[in-house]
Amino acid sequence: MLQYFLKRLLSLGLSLVAASVVIFLALEVVPGDPASYMLGLNAQEDTLAALRQELGLGGSILERYTAWAGGLLVGDFGTSYTYRTPVAGMIADRLWVSLPLALYALVLSTLIAFPAGIWAASRRGSHADGAIMGVTQLGIAIPNFWFAMLMVLVFAINLRWFSAGGFPGWDAGFFVALKALTLPAIALALPQASILTRVIRSSLLDTLGEDFIRTARAKGLSKGQALWRHAVRNALIPVLTILGLQFSFLLAGAIIIENVFFLPGLGRLVFQSISARDIIVVESVVMLLVFAVIVVNFAVDMTYAWVDPRLRRRR
Amino acid sequence: MRLRKFGLGLVSALALVASVGMAHAKSDIVVAMQLEPPHLDPTGAAAGAIDSVLYSNVFEGLTRFGPDGSVNPGLAESWEISEDGKTYTFKLHEGVKFHDGSDLTADDVKFSLDRARADDSQNAQKALFTGIESVEVVDPLTVKVTLKEPNGNFLFNMAWGDAVIVAPESIADIKSKPIGTGAFKFTDWVQGDRIDLEKNADYWGEPAKLDKVTFKFISDPTAAFAAVMAEDVNAFVGFPAPENLPQFEADPRFQVLVGSTEGETILAANNKLPPLDNVKVREAIAHAIDRQSIIDGAMFGYGTPIGTHFAPHNPDYVDLTDNSQYDPELSKKLLAEAGYADGFTTTLKLPPPSYARRGGEIIAAQLRAVGIETEITNLEWAQWLEQVFKGKDYGLTIVSHTEPMDIGIYARADYYFQYDNADFQKLFADLTAENDPAKRSDLLKQAQEMISKDYVNTYLFQLAFPTVADAKIKGLWENQPTQATDLTAVYWED
Amino acid sequence: MALLFRSRTLLPGAVLTLLFTLAALISLVWVPYDTTVVDIANRMKPPSWLHPFGTDQFGRDILSMIMVGARTSIAVALVAVGIGMAVGVPLGLAAAARKGGLMDEIIMRANDLVFAFPSLLIAVMITAVFGASALNAIIAIGIFNIPVFARLTRGAALSLWNREYILAARVAGKGSARISLEHILPNVANLLIVQGTIQFSLGILAEAGLSYVGLGAQPPTASWGRMLADSQTMISLAPHLALFPGLAILLTVLGLNLLGDGLRDSLDPKLRRART
Repeated sequence: MLQYFLKRLLSLGLSLVAASVVIFLALEVVPGDPASYMLGLNAQEDTLAALRQELGLGGSILERYTAWAGGLLVGDFGTSYTYRTPVAGMIADRLWVSLPLALYALVLSTLIAFPAGIWAASRRGSHADGAIMGVTQLGIAIPNFWFAMLMVLVFAINLRWFSAGGFPGWDAGFFVALKALTLPAIALALPQASILTRVIRSSLLDTLGEDFIRTARAKGLSKGQALWRHAVRNALIPVLTILGLQFSFLLAGAIIIENVFFLPGLGRLVFQSISARDIIVVESVVMLLVFAVIVVNFAVDMTYAWVDPRLRRRR
Repeated sequence: MRLRKFGLGLVSALALVASVGMAHAKSDIVVAMQLEPPHLDPTGAAAGAIDSVLYSNVFEGLTRFGPDGSVNPGLAESWEISEDGKTYTFKLHEGVKFHDGSDLTADDVKFSLDRARADDSQNAQKALFTGIESVEVVDPLTVKVTLKEPNGNFLFNMAWGDAVIVAPESIADIKSKPIGTGAFKFTDWVQGDRIDLEKNADYWGEPAKLDKVTFKFISDPTAAFAAVMAEDVNAFVGFPAPENLPQFEADPRFQVLVGSTEGETILAANNKLPPLDNVKVREAIAHAIDRQSIIDGAMFGYGTPIGTHFAPHNPDYVDLTDNSQYDPELSKKLLAEAGYADGFTTTLKLPPPSYARRGGEIIAAQLRAVGIETEITNLEWAQWLEQVFKGKDYGLTIVSHTEPMDIGIYARADYYFQYDNADFQKLFADLTAENDPAKRSDLLKQAQEMISKDYVNTYLFQLAFPTVADAKIKGLWENQPTQATDLTAVYWED
Repeated sequence: MALLFRSRTLLPGAVLTLLFTLAALISLVWVPYDTTVVDIANRMKPPSWLHPFGTDQFGRDILSMIMVGARTSIAVALVAVGIGMAVGVPLGLAAAARKGGLMDEIIMRANDLVFAFPSLLIAVMITAVFGASALNAIIAIGIFNIPVFARLTRGAALSLWNREYILAARVAGKGSARISLEHILPNVANLLIVQGTIQFSLGILAEAGLSYVGLGAQPPTASWGRMLADSQTMISLAPHLALFPGLAILLTVLGLNLLGDGLRDSLDPKLRRART
């Protein structure tokens, strides 16, 4: 186990280094100069040079890479070119939007998917099952930004129940802020809930077919009791894996929804920073997200290996 | 923790109810705009959003723009110009204090101007200051500026947001904590959301009528529409979606002001790139384009057609739209004369604003009708600056030139449209050296005609500046002679 | 053939897919109205006999735009799936053939690395470097299809490598490259077709998302995502501008998903029980 752990840890480290090099090089060749973006049409050459100097855009590629990567190791994400404030602080601010939004969406999707999936599995082949499966097909196929636009039309513009976008901040009060995140969270949750419902249903049906359930039924448990006492618990493992995947997807993948609702989240930060050629912000945010995904994957692998030693050899 | 937040929410909700209850004598305002400033130093970036928040409200210059674009006294109450037009002696107002309590003196003026023209200056409009030979402090309230050459535009230049007076001790933090002399003081900036200002009780001039000002940044046009409709904001300056304006006009709760700007929106051509180097081809393009359908299609009718690179509201403007009447047949004929009877293909690179993106699709369709194929590329501003502005790697592009009185860019042969005409360059040199208003006016008119006849670019329309506001708000600027949201005279009508 | 129609989802899926494929193909030779001609006087007209889906903000016929948009979407997604298969399948076969070896390790780690990148962010970065275009959208979507096919192929191939007939081929002196091509590939083809359909539908969604944020095909080429983005501020004035492109995306993706499910059920009866 220790050897396996060390091997995976080494591979984790290598992955992170590789990721940082890829991100750095990719953004290194992004055309566009942050200084000329900031100083506009009438800027003079000497002014641009002075600003570039201050932003630390001189130096060789290697110097800049080591400066950036070295900073990351000690938690220094650098200073934004446009805002001139520490990137770490900006990321922290944006995380206060993105993280709660992802959690909110995840909670919504779980709240919908578990009852729907279990119900569909317990009434397999019935009209209810068919209806639920049909709705999930729609939920997966609907482009979430279009769904978001339709919700804005109905709930913000026509009914005026919600504001069409923006985020007042948590200072405005917990429920005020939560309300602002509600439509975006629903838009994000719908496809996730649909996928999750299907996963729950199929993994339940898988376990229901297995021997221990048959044994339980033979012992006199009703179908419903068997489902609740044994199947749900055993079906949870694949479901949790999907949930983990969905969380990292929600964190990084909300860019488009953040755009529709004009939320100051991480995705929007990246978007704005790319337009402003605030490369250091882009590098740091993408690196952070990649880091999160790699570490989560590592943790999942480790847990599996702990639970099921066979996996160690297979990997 | 959660309980406490809930408690706070309840309290603020109650406070909200209370404030709505006392509707009389409202003295605070929430003004929305599309773009958030990257930082708060108007002398260190081109971003117009900085001036939109701070110009005149927080920072002031020696001179200032009035709502009609006139140049009025600012921190300088008067000035004298020497016979040769090279020396300006400014007399400063007495008793002007910066928001940190220190006095404004001639030393601060010298510091500000010297900083802007220094070798390591980061001023986006450094050209405004390069004509300065020296700045001398005569006494604490008198400052003498000597120019290298006479410059008829100098007082105008000093009114720009990039020429505001700053105090040496505030420079270190100016990007996050601006300290000026204006009628409002900066109080708070929640990045990504809003900037708060409050009334400066010690203001040297006419005090502001409002006690508290909040600038909110809403970049998304749909969110902007909903925010105004729901009265989350009291005013939206530079409303981004012209298609929604009729709905506000029809609603008695709102007033819609459609003002003029200094933004000449042009279809710029690369004058050195064949076949656009041929004046006949450029003339053909100008005649192929129906300005009115672009104004209707891209701006939903808001915008004034122009025939040259000059603002129509300027007294010296000459209406030259007849030089480029919509006439596709003439256009085809000109193309044939130029040897392009079968048309040609060129690029059309579009920056992000909707006038460019929407206008571009219409222009591409109109050019196709006379046989000119365009390959459209949508660019972000950074890419546009790199490829078009700096790299001159383009055929056609659409952009609005929002700097006031910027016809001088046609005298710069290396400017991105690469118009290199010695006659125009001489004309503009004469203009710069001229101080006599009548002669200046005559030269300006000649300049407008020259670039119109040379079909340097196709001049489309003057960008309109729509403001939607609560019907009870008075004193807002209608026009945009410079990028500014001057709130010093704004008040609520009972 | 009868087996093919054992699934309830196959037929509706096939019909929807066929409908949009036909729309795209027909648009190559004929559309009701030229989508590159603007007619400002006739803009934002609601649906009528002349324009069944109405006209857009420039007076263009929305039905014609949807037909051309179908072409854009299908082309982008199809080529992206092609890239994923063309690169991913050989990688997967190679990794399986050298299971546990250095090559296997490198390929699988590289796969993990690509998976670790938030796909949309990478698409944004790619278009920031190379500019927005349909081609770059294809590349961005295609890259993320590679690890999907590589993993799938490797997993399926691994189980085949233990079979007796492969062993027999080995003993007969066939190289692993030849075995992969002649014996493994034909046996994973069904799986690849099913996954290809799923990736195709994901590609349509991804293309719509990219062009919605302005990173897909450029005008005057019509694209569903951009039609939605352009109509967003007009949604209260003319909801039909946003309705039809959205429905087009929804129905196309739905059709492909149903088709994919149906194919899986029909081609691989073992999976039937679990997934339908």
